[in-house]
Amino acid sequence: MKIGLYPGCSLEGSSREYLESLQAIAPVLGLELAEVPDWNCCGASAAHSLNHKLALALPARVLALAEQAGMDKLLVPCSACLNRLSTTRAELIKNEALRREIAEVIELSLTCRTRVTDVLSVLAKATANGFSEKIRQPFARRVACYYGCYLTRPVEGAACRRTEDPQEMDALMKLAGADPIPWAFKVECCGAGLSLSRTSSVAELAGRVVEDAALRGAEAIVVACPMCHTNLDLRRSNIEQNLGTRFAMPVLYVTQVLGLALGIDERALGLHRHEVPVRWEKKANHQDTQAPSEVK
Amino acid sequence: MARIGVFICHCGENIGSTVDCAAVAKAAGELPGVVHSVDYKYMCSDPGQSMIKDAIRTQKLTGVVVGACSPRMHEPTFRRACNEAGLNPFLCEMANLREHCSWVHEKLPDTTAKAIDLVRILVEKVKRNKPLSSIKVPVTKRALVLGGGIAGIQAALDIAGAGHEVVLVERSPSIGGHMAQLSETFPTLDCSQCILTPRMVEVAQHPNITLYTYSELESLEGFIGNFKATIRKRARGVDEKLCTGCGVCTQKCPNKKIPSEFNEHLGTRPAIYVPFPQAVPNKPVIDRDRCTYYSKGKCQVCAKMCPTKAIRYDQEDELITIDIGAVVAATGFTIKGTDFFPEYGYGQYPNVITGLQFERLASASGPTLGVIRRPSDNEIPENVVFIACAGSRDSAKRLSYCSKICCMYTAKHAMLYKHKVHEGRAHVFYMDIRAGGKMYDEFVRRAIEEDQVNYIRGRVSRVFERNGKMIVKGVDTLLNGQSIEIEADLVVLATAMTAQPDAEATAQRMKISYDADHFLSEAHPKLRPVEMNTAGIFVAGACQAPKDIPETVAQASAAASKVVGLFSRSELAREPVVATVNRTAPPLFSTCVGCFLCETACPYQAIERDDIRGRDGQLIRQVAKVNQGVCQGCGTCVALCRSKAIDLQGFTNEQVFAELLAV
Repeated sequence: MKIGLYPGCSLEGSSREYLESLQAIAPVLGLELAEVPDWNCCGASAAHSLNHKLALALPARVLALAEQAGMDKLLVPCSACLNRLSTTRAELIKNEALRREIAEVIELSLTCRTRVTDVLSVLAKATANGFSEKIRQPFARRVACYYGCYLTRPVEGAACRRTEDPQEMDALMKLAGADPIPWAFKVECCGAGLSLSRTSSVAELAGRVVEDAALRGAEAIVVACPMCHTNLDLRRSNIEQNLGTRFAMPVLYVTQVLGLALGIDERALGLHRHEVPVRWEKKANHQDTQAPSEVK
Repeated sequence: MARIGVFICHCGENIGSTVDCAAVAKAAGELPGVVHSVDYKYMCSDPGQSMIKDAIRTQKLTGVVVGACSPRMHEPTFRRACNEAGLNPFLCEMANLREHCSWVHEKLPDTTAKAIDLVRILVEKVKRNKPLSSIKVPVTKRALVLGGGIAGIQAALDIAGAGHEVVLVERSPSIGGHMAQLSETFPTLDCSQCILTPRMVEVAQHPNITLYTYSELESLEGFIGNFKATIRKRARGVDEKLCTGCGVCTQKCPNKKIPSEFNEHLGTRPAIYVPFPQAVPNKPVIDRDRCTYYSKGKCQVCAKMCPTKAIRYDQEDELITIDIGAVVAATGFTIKGTDFFPEYGYGQYPNVITGLQFERLASASGPTLGVIRRPSDNEIPENVVFIACAGSRDSAKRLSYCSKICCMYTAKHAMLYKHKVHEGRAHVFYMDIRAGGKMYDEFVRRAIEEDQVNYIRGRVSRVFERNGKMIVKGVDTLLNGQSIEIEADLVVLATAMTAQPDAEATAQRMKISYDADHFLSEAHPKLRPVEMNTAGIFVAGACQAPKDIPETVAQASAAASKVVGLFSRSELAREPVVATVNRTAPPLFSTCVGCFLCETACPYQAIERDDIRGRDGQLIRQVAKVNQGVCQGCGTCVALCRSKAIDLQGFTNEQVFAELLAV
């Protein structure tokens, strides 16, 4: 499957392991990723709270470049980028005059022909056939799939269907041999909007997520969004300080879990870059862990 | 020579603000054959009608075209006016300048031009109209009431009480509907069963009511006064004549662990069962999907134990066809289950229940004998959270309407809980309290003030389980939007009231209209609230929209009075829009060649065969003849007739072509 890729800033900076792990598993899954040439910032957070047209023009330029490169489909792993690109596309398709105006601003032709897709959908398709044969080491752990807000919202055109209790990542985890827990914090806010301005709030909000996952015996939290990862992993010391407890529970990207199951080297998956070490005490929770019966 | 009068109505602002009515009247006045053309603000008003009547008399009009609203709205009005002035009513036609023109276009010269076109079309038609007279049809004075809840029961009793026969059809094994499941009823807290069961018995004993339970309407044919209903009486597996209702079979049935529908799955029932002890009729039904005999071929315990040998495993469904004059649709409602709410756990938590389940917990005849116990461990809950508007008024859940009864029953639930568990704490999350009704607001105040129910204005974002407690996360909008968390033992969702899952199919079977939410659509929301657009079919209860018991009973009585009014006439006048086969008197000649393609085509079996005989009585030819009582005027036969011998009265080929050529 040939597909365009828009990494966005996070995947080249604080979350480079997301990109590394995605690129590591892509060839095994038969994914051919081609980066959008000369891409720019999607404008997330900053632009759309200040200037609506700017907030449209930035993602529109990325869409136009992808179009120019002949990409039918564009994979956007970062949830914030995904939100900006897909809402921009939807709005420009709906409003013909606006599309022409924005095309003029970015000085590129723009038909919005390129479709925008998320990492869970792409992985679901790529693992649909013959994935179990590729598994070297089932990721036999209890995991808490954490979707955050942008994968289920806005509801129209969202990557996941059941807004309040999405299942797409859970299904991927089962394929990798993991045991996803049922829990109520899948789409709770991690506090990303306040990540820089009010870290105390982030510690509180992200803390609730980590606390509940731990309470239910999860051995790892799995995410598909750089902001979620930053708040649950990088801010872990703030969380622990706030709650007065320590949680030895790593936060992995969905691509990293698949990579581990496929037997890819930990370094290639960027596990060493995490703040919370990706390690488990030997077989400590093994009784709770169900055998990977559903690997098929 | 035709002398046509044209009358253009402004319909207040409705037409007048978009269409230049004076210009339309002026243009119409210049059409050939038009001798009189005027416009007026409200043509349907008394002075408007007088203008038409005066013109007919003074101008000696031979035809009238009224350019106004839809003929559905006022054709009867204007035709009556013409009749009063001595003009055959079928020489009056309406050009729809409102729905077909002013309401759907902007104020542009083209809009007025279209209005003129519409009028010209009808002028050309009316020139070719012929005087017709209404067809008289008899009325079968027997009503079909569909649904045996409180709406159907009330309608049936009222019609039967007026001396007419009623056939009451209920699809579950007993009549009683949702009202039989309720514990106490607001705002007086009288016991639901105590007020309902005497009515149920009355239905069973009434000499004018024929009751078919465990039965469904298979098909409905015909028209007002002359319907033919086919009812599928499903096989109970029990000979109702022999069964005495002793209950031995239900006690001895070894398969007792089936979730009880009547108890909203909080209790169990055997495979042969009566839904509840006060059921009418008190005759059991075998649930063939769960009965061991049907799945494994063995058991037959009920047959062995039955003292009157009434068990019939091989009983088959029975189809009963009945002539009916009017129908009351009282097919009821259902509610959303807890599994509809992902944010409240998708139905995975046993201690998150629906309001109807709470009714069963509070009911003396329920699975806990009226003691409030939570389903997970049968403990008495100390902290109960009630969530109003669960699904209702939420367009994101595609349920934008208010379920209307929840504010009241939630107050009642909280009150009942406090009456039974004095130390318990009851919390209600609400959006607004809609307690419009006699003694309703007083009832809610009583819950808040006397029973100290904690009302919190705000929504609940999530309910989940932690350490055996249900964590309810919500917001108090009166406390500055502060988020709050309550550890509850039991959560009761006032889930949205919805149409029956098969409401659409039922409506289509009866050829009646329904809305986007699949509630049945009354003919007019204000002025014809119990009639359907299909003549002879009436509506009562929550199948039309969410409503409470008093409102349902009132509507059922209203529907019954409409039926009784219809039955007070011995015959009805029908529009003469029926097909006719041309015959020239003496009844010898017809262009019909007797191919009888029309007979095959007619969906209503209205084509009969007629002999044309010579003076000597010898058969010359067999030709088609239309039974005008059965014909629905669909025109299929007209399209198929290859010798053009059939025409539709009021819509002849000549008239329709004249209309088309005038465009």
